[in-house]
Amino acid sequence: MNTLFKTAPLSAAALLAVSTPAMAQSLDQTINDGFAAATGWFVSFIFSPFPGTTFPWIVAWLVVAATVFTLYFGFIQFRGFRHSISLVKGDYSDPNDAGEVSHFQALATALSGTVGLGNIAGVAVAVGIGGPGATFWMILAGLLGMASKFTECTLGVKYRNEYPDGKVSGGPMYYMTKGFAERGLPMGKFLAVLFSVFCILGALGGGNMFQANQAHAQISNVVGDYPGWITGIVFAGIVFAVIVGGLQSIAKVTEKVVPFMGVMYVLTALVIIFMNYDMIGWAFGQIFAGAFTGLGVAGGMVGALIQGFKRAAFSNEAGVGSAAIAHSAVRTKEPITEGYVSLLEPFIDTVVVCTMTALVIIITGQLVSDPETGLYLLNEAGTAIQTQDGNSGVALTSAAFSSAFGWFQYVLAIAVILFAFSTMISWSYYGLKAWTFLFGEGAGKELAFKIIFCIFVVIGASASLGPVIDFSDAAIFAMAVVNIIALYFLVPVVKAELDSYLTRLKSGEIKKFN
Amino acid sequence: MSHKIVVGYDGSESADAALSFAIGVARAQGGSVVIAHVLEWSPYSFLTPTELEERHMRRSEELERAKSALLDPVVAKLSDSGVEVKTALKYGHIAETLCEVAKDEGADQIVIGRTGHSSLSSRLFGSVAGSLAQAGPVPVTIVP
Repeated sequence: MNTLFKTAPLSAAALLAVSTPAMAQSLDQTINDGFAAATGWFVSFIFSPFPGTTFPWIVAWLVVAATVFTLYFGFIQFRGFRHSISLVKGDYSDPNDAGEVSHFQALATALSGTVGLGNIAGVAVAVGIGGPGATFWMILAGLLGMASKFTECTLGVKYRNEYPDGKVSGGPMYYMTKGFAERGLPMGKFLAVLFSVFCILGALGGGNMFQANQAHAQISNVVGDYPGWITGIVFAGIVFAVIVGGLQSIAKVTEKVVPFMGVMYVLTALVIIFMNYDMIGWAFGQIFAGAFTGLGVAGGMVGALIQGFKRAAFSNEAGVGSAAIAHSAVRTKEPITEGYVSLLEPFIDTVVVCTMTALVIIITGQLVSDPETGLYLLNEAGTAIQTQDGNSGVALTSAAFSSAFGWFQYVLAIAVILFAFSTMISWSYYGLKAWTFLFGEGAGKELAFKIIFCIFVVIGASASLGPVIDFSDAAIFAMAVVNIIALYFLVPVVKAELDSYLTRLKSGEIKKFN
Repeated sequence: MSHKIVVGYDGSESADAALSFAIGVARAQGGSVVIAHVLEWSPYSFLTPTELEERHMRRSEELERAKSALLDPVVAKLSDSGVEVKTALKYGHIAETLCEVAKDEGADQIVIGRTGHSSLSSRLFGSVAGSLAQAGPVPVTIVP
């Protein structure tokens, strides 16, 4: 059944090769093999390359969309950056609306869903396979992705459903149905259903199994190897307590601790970078040289580019549509303001946090290169760069940080667990929204989804990295396929909102409150 | 000039003492009283996605509850006091919001109880009374 993966594109094969050594536990192995067999075809389809190349079409799909939106809105991510900050600070919020969801809160909640293992483990995978050059492409993808996020979050707020009881539901499903109907376009309902199906898969994959998997990898990295299903059951129990038992207090604590962990992570990275300040110039040299030559990595420059783009998209979810669900609860009369606020998300997530991880891995010399040629040495299978201790994924990040501060692996383990947990809570919500969109609301139906979600926590923690990471990517990118089609059809709506807003901002009709 | 007093009111014993003090002053001077209740709130707190979704609903419920369980009964009780009474119900940082209410109403005085529903955090970071004494835009009377 593994042959499916052997025929899969470069990334899948490469990841399989770097995955953890064969586990002795037979239960884990069974879950793993079954999982790989069940999802291989889906992964192969999503990551199939353009004929005659190794370039996956899905990566081009995301980057082209982000570029189109960037040009269409005249580089809104740079033009509007200051206004975004101003909105988050509450400068334009009516004090009489205090007590409603603020821009800051919507951004913070959406961020806690995206800042997570993608930033820690995902970046390590990208740099481990694509070399330092992947960082360049990752940052570029992050900057472009800000425009995608701007577009989808504006639409999310504009077409949300506000119910009589005061609850709000929004997201791609709603702009696909309502937005398409408003513009007289066909197929809105079809896209919405398709999106919801992929969103459920994405929630179970990237938003769940990948998180459980890497949390287990990090814990066993610290305390020693033990079967994954144990971590899975513990995690599933806590997630169950929160989403089924309504123990919001656990989620609340996480929501408060996660931002501090994020800040601490970035600060520690900065300290490590400045401790090696003489290497900063060299590291950026490696990033630029690697971006255009590949410095010997598998696939060369294109290999670096694919890894960078893929990890950025997986980490900041721009174009995926998930953030549009989280952002739609904000209290604002102007949907475009939430677009402005949301464009900060890929910036913080990818341009700041992901770059920190990459820099620390590069600067601490985790990647092994040939001193004579300056090219990176590949592992035996020729699929990834050799690392100092043979680490990959979250273990590579951990090794990089620990080389400066030995204790950091414990902090990182806690951070990984908390990030994983908050991402799971966020995605359980996104998945649930898609589920209720498909099957309707109702306690029984919602409970069914929540139980399925918890079961997948166990599966995710038990499987080895390769199959899980591939399926996670595939499911999340499948959401982007549908979402971006909808965005192309609805951009004129966003443009009209933007023009009207800017005119009123200029005329002073929209003014600052403080 | 007619005297206007803003009373920070949270239903505690100490707040009741502050209110009756304010009523006494207003009656003596022919002034009026604004009973202000502030629901503690920061736009920079962190919420889960579910809390985000339900926020608008919860806010309506909280405002309704504060009005029906706290402000309406006290206004009814004061209906025959002979003093003009109105209410203000706001979200925000308690001391800052009381200052704002005083400014908006053009009040000449703020009256509060010394210990409202005190919590651990107010013991750590200073009480409402302490902050108001420092930052109040008008004279502040703290009733023991």
